[in-house]
Amino acid sequence: MPGLRDTVVLVTGAGSGTGRVHCLHFAAAGADVIALDHAAAADELRETAYQARALGRRCVEGLADVTNLGEMAAAIDAGVAELGRLDTIVANAGMHAPGGPAWSISAHDWQRTLDVNLTGVWNTVKAGARHIGPDGGSVVIISSTNGLRGTPHSAHYTASKHALVGLARTLANELGSRSIRVNTVHPGAVGTATVRNTATYRRLRPDLDDPTEEDAAEVLRSRNLLPVPWVESADVANAVVFLASDEARYITCSQLVVDAGLTGRTT
Amino acid sequence: MSALRLAGKVALITGAARGIGRAQAVRFAQEGADIIGLDLCGPVETVSVPSSTPADLEETGRLVRQAGRRIYTEIVDVRDLEGLQAATDRGVDAFGGLDVVCATAGITSRAMTVDLSENAWRTMLDVNLTGVWHTCRVSAEYLIARGGGSMALTSSIAGLRGLVGVGHYTAAKHGVIGLMRGLAHDLAPHDVRVNCILPTNVDTPLIQNDVVRVGFRPDLDRPPTRDEFAEAARRMNLLAIPWVEAIDVANAALFLASDEARYITAITLPVDAGATQR
Repeated sequence: MPGLRDTVVLVTGAGSGTGRVHCLHFAAAGADVIALDHAAAADELRETAYQARALGRRCVEGLADVTNLGEMAAAIDAGVAELGRLDTIVANAGMHAPGGPAWSISAHDWQRTLDVNLTGVWNTVKAGARHIGPDGGSVVIISSTNGLRGTPHSAHYTASKHALVGLARTLANELGSRSIRVNTVHPGAVGTATVRNTATYRRLRPDLDDPTEEDAAEVLRSRNLLPVPWVESADVANAVVFLASDEARYITCSQLVVDAGLTGRTT
Repeated sequence: MSALRLAGKVALITGAARGIGRAQAVRFAQEGADIIGLDLCGPVETVSVPSSTPADLEETGRLVRQAGRRIYTEIVDVRDLEGLQAATDRGVDAFGGLDVVCATAGITSRAMTVDLSENAWRTMLDVNLTGVWHTCRVSAEYLIARGGGSMALTSSIAGLRGLVGVGHYTAAKHGVIGLMRGLAHDLAPHDVRVNCILPTNVDTPLIQNDVVRVGFRPDLDRPPTRDEFAEAARRMNLLAIPWVEAIDVANAALFLASDEARYITAITLPVDAGATQR
């Protein structure tokens, strides 16, 4: 991708499935990587860094909790000190607490969801944006199709993902004069362990005793316009890399949907 | 429409001491509703605009009674889930049920997003987003028990677009729309409708103060006058007005609360003089 060679990207949630794919796509495009995740994901993070280095790029691992501004600032400062600059921020870390009707969600699950999904992103940008140089850069915030519409039993998650759009729209207004672009990406179902697990299969197919992946895929496929049950992490990473590259130099304050037509389906 | 549009209904309103909340209380009372009016009536840390007072809430009570309806008022913080539940329970006990909820309580403060203090960020989310969820959470089962109802959540034009210097406010107000869209799904089977109202600037104490006015006229080296503020505020709207009045927001909430809007749910209703399209 043009303009990414020898840049530095910061990725949160870098030990997770999709976070690792982001790191590797950026490394493959010629960027060095500051890969952050929380301490519980230290092993996965090490594997991400190993794979990024195998692509010939530098990768600094950092352990920090996105809900802790001090930890985030320290980890980002250390990464930038080692790699010398920062051009792109990919705020990818997020979570999905157990759902339920909006009035029965626990205060703990509500707060934890806002803390990680919303304040975690603000912390990331607050600690990271000051390192982006005079030539500008790109902030990509991973929201969700739930950042654009509601679904049952997800009020906390949906509120947090909508709020990210608001945060991005204000950041884009505030940082535009520094040539920093700010956009959100909205994946539909992604074919990671978050979706591909037995509990999800049972939720999608309450009519079956022992649903298989294909049984669940059938339901998910019927929700999309394209005949696929989910997108892959690579599809999300492709969109993120595009937004970070010079090919998207005049794209800011936008919402890029990567959902196989989930939110566009009208019949 | 000669019959009263909320005859025999009970409406709970947060932020009822002044501004939009008071206008909703009085307007709903004029249309036959009894009112549960809640407000903090005091300052919130990190917020420098002048706060509401117990005297403000008393005045709302006087106006509702003057309109011929009953009102139950209580001073409570929407951030306090248990306190809000208790106040709501007592209000509903007083009137025997609940039909309409207006989550109106809100705050404002100002700084560039990356310069906001953690406390200002957190307090904003606590009041303007979690406070709205608390309000819905403590009242939802009363509406379900009634067999239907209406919730109107006050978002903002900042629920649909970004505004410089209020990133925390914009995030919270977008979040309120997400909350509404989730709630609307969860409550639809119970015939409870949930919608958002998105005002542009409203002529209330929340904007008519030096803290907010200064943000609109960075070109001046002093707080602008009301007229100088109006000149800048007018440029946000399509219509040639600087701000709407609280009654305009109350009228929109009344429409959404009434049977005239019986099939309207999960919408974002701008009361914005065209601001979101400018």
